[in-house]
Amino acid sequence: MLSAGDMQALLLTLKLASTVTVILLVFGIPFSWWLARSHSKLTSFLTALVAMPLILPPTVLGFYLLLLLGPEGPIGKVTTQLGIGVFPFTFSGLVIASIIYSLPFTIQPLVSAFEAIPTRTLEVASTLRASAIDAFFSVVLPLSKSGILTAIVLTFAHTVGEFGVILMIGGNIPGETQVVSIQIYDHVESMDYGAAHKLSLIMLIFSFITLTFLQWIRRRRFAFVPVKRR
Amino acid sequence: MDPASTVCIRSREEAVIVELAYRLSKGRFNLNVALKLPETGITVLYGHSGCGKTTLLRCVAGLEKEAAGYFSIGDEVWDSPKTKLKPHKRAIGYVFQEPSLFSHLSVKDNLLYGIKRAVHASKQNLDEAISVLGIEHLLEQKTVALSGGEAQRVGIARALALNPKILLFDEPLASLDDDRKREILPFLKRVKRQLSIPMLYVTHAAPEVAMLADHVVVMHEGSVVSSDSLSASLSNEMLPLRLNDEISTVLSGKVIKIDKQWHLACMSIGDQALWIPNNSFKIGNQVRVQVFGKDVSLANSVSKNSFQNVLNAQIVAINEGEHPSQVIVKATVGENAFMVSVTKRALANLGLGVGSRALLQVKSVAIHS
Repeated sequence: MLSAGDMQALLLTLKLASTVTVILLVFGIPFSWWLARSHSKLTSFLTALVAMPLILPPTVLGFYLLLLLGPEGPIGKVTTQLGIGVFPFTFSGLVIASIIYSLPFTIQPLVSAFEAIPTRTLEVASTLRASAIDAFFSVVLPLSKSGILTAIVLTFAHTVGEFGVILMIGGNIPGETQVVSIQIYDHVESMDYGAAHKLSLIMLIFSFITLTFLQWIRRRRFAFVPVKRR
Repeated sequence: MDPASTVCIRSREEAVIVELAYRLSKGRFNLNVALKLPETGITVLYGHSGCGKTTLLRCVAGLEKEAAGYFSIGDEVWDSPKTKLKPHKRAIGYVFQEPSLFSHLSVKDNLLYGIKRAVHASKQNLDEAISVLGIEHLLEQKTVALSGGEAQRVGIARALALNPKILLFDEPLASLDDDRKREILPFLKRVKRQLSIPMLYVTHAAPEVAMLADHVVVMHEGSVVSSDSLSASLSNEMLPLRLNDEISTVLSGKVIKIDKQWHLACMSIGDQALWIPNNSFKIGNQVRVQVFGKDVSLANSVSKNSFQNVLNAQIVAINEGEHPSQVIVKATVGENAFMVSVTKRALANLGLGVGSRALLQVKSVAIHS
């Protein structure tokens, strides 16, 4: 079966992906709601910024993060002075990099789900005595269930699969930054094709299940259906 | 006399408890309205699309953020230069044009949504609303399983159950086909009968005005053209309210006799009577009928009285009609005013003028309750 090292890499990957998904969801939901509803001129700028990681090579993103967070970088200097130390080559560094890298995969499904909610629905809630916050939790979130689920699955899966950014900023420290994709790369480098096969197969199955699940969400579409007129 | 029309006449003298005034500019459209409304009954906001009637309703609900104005109901002020209550703080019930049910909730949870949050609503209000709208059998359904008519009934019940101080209807039948409209109208009449709160009802459909209105506010391009009781609006000498481009009269009365053999019912009009088709009425029932000007002929007092449905009337005004050959004659029977369109020649041949006694022969009526 899997070696102790492979097992460790697998668990670390899951830990990273879960942490990133939770953090992105907590900040992504209010941010996406604002992005979907605001008429501010900032929105188009921010939408473009959020989408950047989609087209930027991961190595470029990792390179800049390394510079920013490193001991000579502007953020790195601050964190050093605060006594936190520097983020590169730590788990926290991976989390920060992954948050930026997976950002569009959280924000885009959320924004389209929120945009699909008609203003009328919110007006109805307000005439039924619901404040804006109340309506957000009692109407908007339940109606956006499929969008939220899509965001969770995509963010999690995308974080599991990342390689370039992690290699740049995290390196290859077992138990700290050595995730599955790096481990597979290592195995191939050391000609251990058997071990690479095992991990690769796991990733293959994981990806397939994820995509099937996403299709299932899209089919069901939960509560998007408007009231039928007969 | 119909309790509804009693209310109308009374409310013009008594203290009016709803006062509103709004100004709003949206591009080329300007809303500028000031109104006092009767304390009970249905006030219809009537006018072509784009005249601002829906916008005015949204102002009352607090949904128009840019609107500036004043609104008071009883001793509560919702809008003034100092205050602007958020929509969810206003004791309104709002029925939207399309049913607008929450699709993630069952029918029952849709009804409960507002009740849980409203201060003055109770389980009893909910039960009443459910029974008035006849939706007991729909409670456990999903909203997507409802027909358009059923969904709108649930929408009305949901607004009603909040025990609001004022009910606002935004063309509640406009999104439905004619069969569904006929299905819902009786329920709206029930709501009207059972509630003693003011109701604002936006529509541009003439039958709904004839059937439901106690008071009519006619709007044009953001301003109020006239605001009066339905009967006064229809018999306004200078500018009679035309429903579907027709002059008409709406009469309310009690059924006093029933002729089983010929399927007719007799309703009282002041101290006179009018035979109408019997829609399974019982003696004592309140009925509301609409008589179109084209369905009334005018005769002088020497005509034979063998005709059915001949009323003794007095001509109180004669005004120019749409064509130079036509005049519109206003003739009163007791408190009811009939508007009749006749040619000037006929009027001259009959020797009738303002102040003359005349006979009105009513050829047909449209029954509205």
